[in-house]
Amino acid sequence: MSGTVRLLLAWAALMALLALTLGAAFLPLGPAKPWIAFAIATAKAALVLWFFMEMRSERGLARLAMLAGFVWLAILFALTATDYLTRAWMT
Amino acid sequence: MTDEPRFEHPPEEAATSYLADGYSLRSWFLTTDHKRIALLYLVSITFFFLVGAGAAALIRLDLLTPQGDLLSNDGYNRAFSIHGIVMVWFFLIPAIPNVLGNFLVPIMIGARDLAFPRLNLLSWYIYILSGLLTLYVVVGGGVDTGWTFYTPLSSVYANGAVVATIVAVFISGFSTILTGLNFIVTIHKLRAPGMTWSRLPLFIWSHYAVSIIFVLATPVLAITLLLVAAERLIGIGVFDPRLGGDPLLFQHLFWFYSHPAVYIMVLPALGVVSELITAAAHKRIFGYWFVAFASIAIAVIGFMVWGHHMFVSGQSVYASAVFSFLSIAVAVPSAIKVYNWTVTLYKADIAIDAPLLFALGFIGLFVAGGLTGLMLAMLAIDVHVTDTYFVVAHFHYIMVGGSVTAFFGGLHFWWPKITGRLYNETLARIAAILILIGFNITFFPQFMLGYEGMPRRYHVYPPEFQVLHVISSMGAALLAIGYAMPAVYLIWSLLPGGRRAPANPWGASGLEWTTSSPPPQHNFIGQPVVVRQPYDYPLAHPVSRDDG
Ligand code: HEM
Ligand SMILES: [Cu+2]
Repeated sequence: MSGTVRLLLAWAALMALLALTLGAAFLPLGPAKPWIAFAIATAKAALVLWFFMEMRSERGLARLAMLAGFVWLAILFALTATDYLTRAWMT
Repeated sequence: MTDEPRFEHPPEEAATSYLADGYSLRSWFLTTDHKRIALLYLVSITFFFLVGAGAAALIRLDLLTPQGDLLSNDGYNRAFSIHGIVMVWFFLIPAIPNVLGNFLVPIMIGARDLAFPRLNLLSWYIYILSGLLTLYVVVGGGVDTGWTFYTPLSSVYANGAVVATIVAVFISGFSTILTGLNFIVTIHKLRAPGMTWSRLPLFIWSHYAVSIIFVLATPVLAITLLLVAAERLIGIGVFDPRLGGDPLLFQHLFWFYSHPAVYIMVLPALGVVSELITAAAHKRIFGYWFVAFASIAIAVIGFMVWGHHMFVSGQSVYASAVFSFLSIAVAVPSAIKVYNWTVTLYKADIAIDAPLLFALGFIGLFVAGGLTGLMLAMLAIDVHVTDTYFVVAHFHYIMVGGSVTAFFGGLHFWWPKITGRLYNETLARIAAILILIGFNITFFPQFMLGYEGMPRRYHVYPPEFQVLHVISSMGAALLAIGYAMPAVYLIWSLLPGGRRAPANPWGASGLEWTTSSPPPQHNFIGQPVVVRQPYDYPLAHPVSRDDG
């Protein structure tokens, strides 16, 4: 597969996921709604990383740098959760 | 140079210095030479320092009287907001990395330039663009959210040019990120043969650490501010509870950036001081790896302490306990550095020149700022002094007493290298001492004020606080003189007939001292090869400052 075709396919997949986000917003999904939205968003981010940011052809240091981004995101989420998840304990 | 070759590289030939390489405006504004870009930054951050200082002068004058006679309530809010925003994003964050770092990172590792010279120039243009927008804010209505942009004040209630300010800070972030990226790639890829990781100067380690923060923290600030703007402009509910948002989320996101940002402001300063101390002591640094890895530890752990800004915000006390513990932990690597500098100076043959005076001033003020930080990290003490002048004094001890002092120290240390000129050493020593005294008269009373209950960001206060406020304002005047002095004698040194600097006026080790002052266009003639450990004092034939 040529590089251009691959990128076009990735772009098409992104557009499909966008349609899915939009559709899911109107479905009566109850409490699952945000989680489904997050899942679709994660899939989109993965596509961007893998194809557009060319992580599929990178090795070593560049992948490590990408990983660092995720570790830092985990720090942000985990320590923010120490607040939100324990607020109810206070009463 | 009379020194034996410390590094095996071809002998110096007469080469055009980077300063002599073209005099046209074009040769400056379209340059990709990291040294010239460093000077572009030096001029621009100095300008913004003056803007921020102007706002500070208004604040201190207004606080001379308990009724706040000089400024209106709104005017006062605008003054401290602009002061904070300009000083943080347009002076202190770029100051050391973009001036000294830009100039020295490639030279210290034996490279011809940064990895992406044009990106480096782009950083400066982005910085200028955001700076111009900030100046527009100053004249076009001002902003009164403080530098912290707390919601719902910023997203709902504040008047003034909030969105323009947010956009300015947002844009400036790109300049920061590009600089960080450039440094990381440069340090990984462009080290001279023999410049192994264990031979990197500590200045490089601290710039590596700060670059990690640049790249990983700044995007969070960018998105957070964009969300504030989105909520303010089109009512997307992120922080406003009426729209389903959470105001504390703003504080989490903001401090996830801004606590690391305070380390952005201090890490490069720590790197500068390591260089100044070893050069003055003519000794190898005590515990090289501890000092190097302390920088990395600060960069990483610094991301895990942000909740200490939210102890009274309504955040869960359990979260506060975790953040309190982590905040105490982050003080350890800073303490290691102070300890190692002290041991390095112990029994050393110390040259008491102006750079050392600045470095010693830095250590004292940094310790005072750091220890009061520890106090603030204790939940019970923080409840008492949060949002008072105690906090104001704490962060000024670190950011002004620490980082600005280190910036001045570094500027004095590398001035001969940057410009090829020697300044008046006596005046420089007087300035260093004056700055130390002026600083303490300005900010020590603020610890007392805060402990007694003077809140920050108020300009009307009970009359019993007036004495301390007046002392503080008088100290600020002294400090201003101290800061103005270097401007005079440094510029003076540039005039025709100023004393020429030799290649190594301090007898210091380090690659930057093996090339001429000012360095040639590509830093070295030929490719330097490093064969020594860093700080391998005593040098075989130390070159004294009178040597030129
Ligand atoms: C080393 C560089 C440091 C810098 C540049 C710095 C800077 C700052 C700044 C700017 C603020 C005020 C933010 C605001 O409310 O506008 C602040 C507050 C604070 N700092 Fe530091 N700080 C440093 C070190 C530390 C350390 C080592 C600790 C603790 C171990 C610490 C603990 C605190 C705490 C707890 C507050 C919040 C106080 C409050 O709002 O009640 N700081 N610092
Ligand atoms: Cu903090």
